[in-house]
Amino acid sequence: MNWHDRLPDEDDPELKRALSNFKASVDAWSENAMLRPRTAMKPVRHAWRLAAGWALGCAVVATTVSGALYERQHRQELARLAAARTSAEKAAQQRAMSIETDQDLLANVDSDISRAVPAAMEPLAQMMDTDQAENDATKHGTK
Amino acid sequence: MRHTGSSTKSMAAGTPIQPITAGAAEEIPAQDFSSVVETHRPQIFRFLLASLRDVDLAETLTQECFLKAHRNWISFRGDSSPMTWLMRIAINLQKDHWRNRRLQFWRTTRANAVDLDEAGDWLPSGERTAEQQMLAREQVAQVWEVVGRLSERQRTVFLLRYVEERELSEIAQATGLSEGTVKAHLSRALGKVRAEMRGKP
Repeated sequence: MNWHDRLPDEDDPELKRALSNFKASVDAWSENAMLRPRTAMKPVRHAWRLAAGWALGCAVVATTVSGALYERQHRQELARLAAARTSAEKAAQQRAMSIETDQDLLANVDSDISRAVPAAMEPLAQMMDTDQAENDATKHGTK
Repeated sequence: MRHTGSSTKSMAAGTPIQPITAGAAEEIPAQDFSSVVETHRPQIFRFLLASLRDVDLAETLTQECFLKAHRNWISFRGDSSPMTWLMRIAINLQKDHWRNRRLQFWRTTRANAVDLDEAGDWLPSGERTAEQQMLAREQVAQVWEVVGRLSERQRTVFLLRYVEERELSEIAQATGLSEGTVKAHLSRALGKVRAEMRGKP
């Protein structure tokens, strides 16, 4: 070893010999490893493994696709039901509102007809109107 | 440095300058690189083998080292010697390898048990007596034992110095450490080797 920059420890003869033997050992090992014959192993492919792999892959894909389709269909069904329920509720509300309107109309007609009285009975009809109004007010107040 | 050679030659001849085709330009560094591989491959492999104690892994990382070097060969400016540059790549690859191995237990077991026997078996017979050979084998085993216990950085520095026989400045360049730090690592490693040889691990 011809280093310009030696360490003080490197001058120990026993250590020097040990390190020299160590280097020789590494050299020999490395040389042998580099020169060793290399056998290229052809990768063994099993047909059944390939087929099983494909089958498994196809099964996974089919399951995923069918699951997705089912989920989509299920959601569409739910949305359809919800829409139908909403429209039915709306129709019921409208029907109830129209019934109320019809009853109001009939009541107005009744009152109009009942008002068509001879002029002599007009004060009596006014009293009846007043009574009717009071009755209505009482009814609404109790409700 | 490599590219200027051909252009200077054509200018010196006093003939009209011929444009160099891209293929020809790439051929020159390619030739340079193949000679670099031929020259330095055994050393890089030896360093990695001693460091990793795994023949297959050392071969793989040697290949990777030269692949990386080939990819960056154009950008190599010659600030250091090709050997130092290659050694730096090899050290980084080795660091990456250890970092990527998550199983510390497996790493320790592997480094200390299996390959240590294989590494210690190699010793050139030369013209020694059987007794000398036995003594040498024992010394080699002791040094391997210590090398196995050294930290990654200490081991790298130790192997670069005592297997690759590099100067301190080259080791400092290859490892990215200062010369003082390299000296300190070597001194500690040698102290451990001496203690092992005196039977005080």
